[in-house]
Amino acid sequence: MALKTEEMTLNMGPQHPSTHGVLRLELQLDGEFIIDVTPHIGYLHRCFEKHAEFMTYPQVVPYTDRMDYLASMYNEFGYALAVEKLLGIEVPDRVEYIRVIMGELQRIASHLVALGTYGADIGAVTPFLFCFRDREKILSLFEMASGARLLYNYIWVGGVSRDLPPEFLRLTKEFVDYFRPKIKELNDLLTFNKIFIERTANVGILPLDVAVNYGITGPMLRASGLKWDLRKNDPYSVYDKLEFEIPVGNGRMGTVGDSWDRYYVRILEMEESLKIVEQALKQIPEGDVLSAIPKRIKPPVGQVYGRVENPRGELGYFIVSDGSVNPKRIKVRGPSFVNLAVIGELCKGHMIADVISILGSIDIVLGEVDR
Amino acid sequence: MIYEYFSNLTGSEVLASIISAFLPLFLFILPFALIAVLLERKVSAHMQDRLGPMRVGYHGILQTIADILKLIQKEDIIADQNDKPLFNIAPVLVFAGSYAVFAAIPFSSSYLGSNIDLGLFFIVGISGLVVAGILMAGWASNNKYTLLGAMRSAAQLISYEIPTIMIVVTVLMVTGTLNLKEITELQSGYFWNWLIFGGNIAGIAKYLLIPFMFVGFVIIYISTLAEVNRTPFDIPEAESELVSGYHTEYSGMKFAMFFLAEYANMFAVSAIVVLLFFGGYHSPFGYLGNTLGLSWLVPIEQLFWFTFKGIGFVLVQMWLRWTLPRLRVDQLMAVCWKYLIPIAFVNLLIVGLITLL
Amino acid sequence: MTEKEIFDILKEKFPESIIEFVEAQVGENYIKVSPLEIDKVCAFLFTDSRLQFDSLINLSGVDDANGEKKVKEDGSFNFIGGTLSVVYHLESLKHLHKLTLLVSIEKDKQDVVSVTDIWAHANWHEREAFDLLGINFLNHPDLRRILMPYDWDGGFPLRKDYKDPEFYEGMKIPY
Repeated sequence: MALKTEEMTLNMGPQHPSTHGVLRLELQLDGEFIIDVTPHIGYLHRCFEKHAEFMTYPQVVPYTDRMDYLASMYNEFGYALAVEKLLGIEVPDRVEYIRVIMGELQRIASHLVALGTYGADIGAVTPFLFCFRDREKILSLFEMASGARLLYNYIWVGGVSRDLPPEFLRLTKEFVDYFRPKIKELNDLLTFNKIFIERTANVGILPLDVAVNYGITGPMLRASGLKWDLRKNDPYSVYDKLEFEIPVGNGRMGTVGDSWDRYYVRILEMEESLKIVEQALKQIPEGDVLSAIPKRIKPPVGQVYGRVENPRGELGYFIVSDGSVNPKRIKVRGPSFVNLAVIGELCKGHMIADVISILGSIDIVLGEVDR
Repeated sequence: MIYEYFSNLTGSEVLASIISAFLPLFLFILPFALIAVLLERKVSAHMQDRLGPMRVGYHGILQTIADILKLIQKEDIIADQNDKPLFNIAPVLVFAGSYAVFAAIPFSSSYLGSNIDLGLFFIVGISGLVVAGILMAGWASNNKYTLLGAMRSAAQLISYEIPTIMIVVTVLMVTGTLNLKEITELQSGYFWNWLIFGGNIAGIAKYLLIPFMFVGFVIIYISTLAEVNRTPFDIPEAESELVSGYHTEYSGMKFAMFFLAEYANMFAVSAIVVLLFFGGYHSPFGYLGNTLGLSWLVPIEQLFWFTFKGIGFVLVQMWLRWTLPRLRVDQLMAVCWKYLIPIAFVNLLIVGLITLL
Repeated sequence: MTEKEIFDILKEKFPESIIEFVEAQVGENYIKVSPLEIDKVCAFLFTDSRLQFDSLINLSGVDDANGEKKVKEDGSFNFIGGTLSVVYHLESLKHLHKLTLLVSIEKDKQDVVSVTDIWAHANWHEREAFDLLGINFLNHPDLRRILMPYDWDGGFPLRKDYKDPEFYEGMKIPY
């Protein structure tokens, strides 16, 4: 006679050290093994979309900051592009380059948080602090340019809020030179650590067809082996003038699309971002950054979907305009929101410790999941 | 030793036992825990490009004392659904288990709580008490996270006792005694008499033993690391998965007892490694006291060397903790059953053959 | 393939369910589809070898706010009638073309057929549209609220005529 065993339901979160915010995962457990995972979201719902309907177009910008608070620059970037598409305005070249520099620095900063907290999830605390040390330098650059360290309100519709300070380009160059060896340091400390590889390789494998069907984008999709990056596939701003590679996961330590691939794609992306920043620093022209900012934004009736490659994936803004100064509807397609939905598929059959490892490799920001 | 001394001094056996029981606690474990907690924070901070505690006293040296004052003042929270007797007794049991180990550890030739012939055996046995305490804590807290933590912890501790005991047996074959003081005395003289360098044996056997003793040292160090739940084996209290493992629900002084037990344990296992392989309290180069003809200086020097070596290994534990990620529970078991135990077993056989030579 | 060509293919295949091709002044052109046939159209778009829309980029619900506005004494208003829309942005990662579909539904009977069977991605977006706009997706496997509390019964917040209820679970709103 088989021994009768009972399943256990474990609530992970909303208050839990490694759910990266207020996510609640309802785990069905058989001992340490996962039978089912049900994510419950909405604990951080701040009604961004409802708020936006009562704001004028420029007033929405600070609200976009607060969605993905680890990649605020890119949220503004995406929003500005979408509204500019709606208005049909061109922005000066200098603005485009400033935006690209900011966006790529933001990508590095965001990936640093992702990689560092991922290490902390696995139990290595030191890489986390190393990553934050380097991120701090990027935040100082942002503070120099925009006056804020986290929520910038820097990229406006039609331009940026102010020109770069005189020392900015030199300091950014210094940062690029400083940061290159730090990636190697992180690799030595964590990426190629045997225990880390044991914990992440072959864990949470995301096959490509599942990834596409779930609408997964960003580093997660690339780790599954598809060379898909909006900066190349649907170029916006000046990305078509810059040279960079799209790293993809190749299953170096296990299977294509496992947690280690997702982690390593981010490492490689940081290097590509450094390349982009370097080129942009060389090419950036002089000019006025405020000239194209419209005095009063009153777009024509219509709807537009603008999208950018956020550090976490495709960030889309679907804006419906009814011809007034307020948007009629702004729907955000947040990459975290979309990528999180697949966690149930990834976790099945793994252990509790792997849920943490998988969740960390998805890299969600709950401000954007819940908006 | 200590007991006889106090027994002579006070003339009462009861009083002597009480004093000799409390002496290591006040003389060693508490000060050590105070220092080790601060050391851990400072060491980790400097490894991570931080400063660590800086506010209380010069460079934060009084931080631990401030922490203890805080912990004493804290409310002792006992949830309604806890199993109260077990919940209350668990920290005591855990602490007692790790504290009792110190009774058999010779800190120097004249400072030894109790000179028992089965010293090594006693240490291995009494530290098993900790498992019971941890299981009680996990169960009585009535919380799924603590239960998982306790289960993991029990499985881990029991599994890793096996390689530990195998290495102990290996050493036993070389030394022929379980009395820790005798084991230490066998390693007297210069550092090449330490067991890791083959011990105090003459002839070819000594050189043959060296590699196998080294393997034995590595295995016992890894498995004792697992027994005290330190990274990379801190799965029972994996803070990113199980919040804090079996002591999630504890607060105030009860939490402090777990904490104290952890740090006492850290030193205890380092002490065992030092006793078995690194000459115990013996100096590697001979004694200043002997040279100067001051015989009272020798035990003090021995105490210094013992703590020095012990803290050295504690520092290595900290170093590992702040460098390595954490294993998963099945990988942890795999390390023990698939690698450590077979290697320890083969090692045991070979050392047995060599000693027969 | 341009949107117009895709529209021609679809019109030929589904003469009934494809309503019209809208050429937009700004933004993307879109195709209007009947709400109860959207799953069939999408399944065709997904499988047909010329089209192969294997990725749903975005799915958004919109309150068109085009009903008859009825202002009450306290300044709040209601819309009588009017429509809700669901907008689908599709993309083919193989053929690299994009398409926008739009489904318009009466506010009184808010039924759309779910496309979750085709793109698992639609699951949470449809739940969100249900949660915030009250669009009912037929055949959805798990149509629960997602961002609002599960026991919320104060209406659908993204509707233009939404008004906060007075109490939620005994707590006053706004407090």
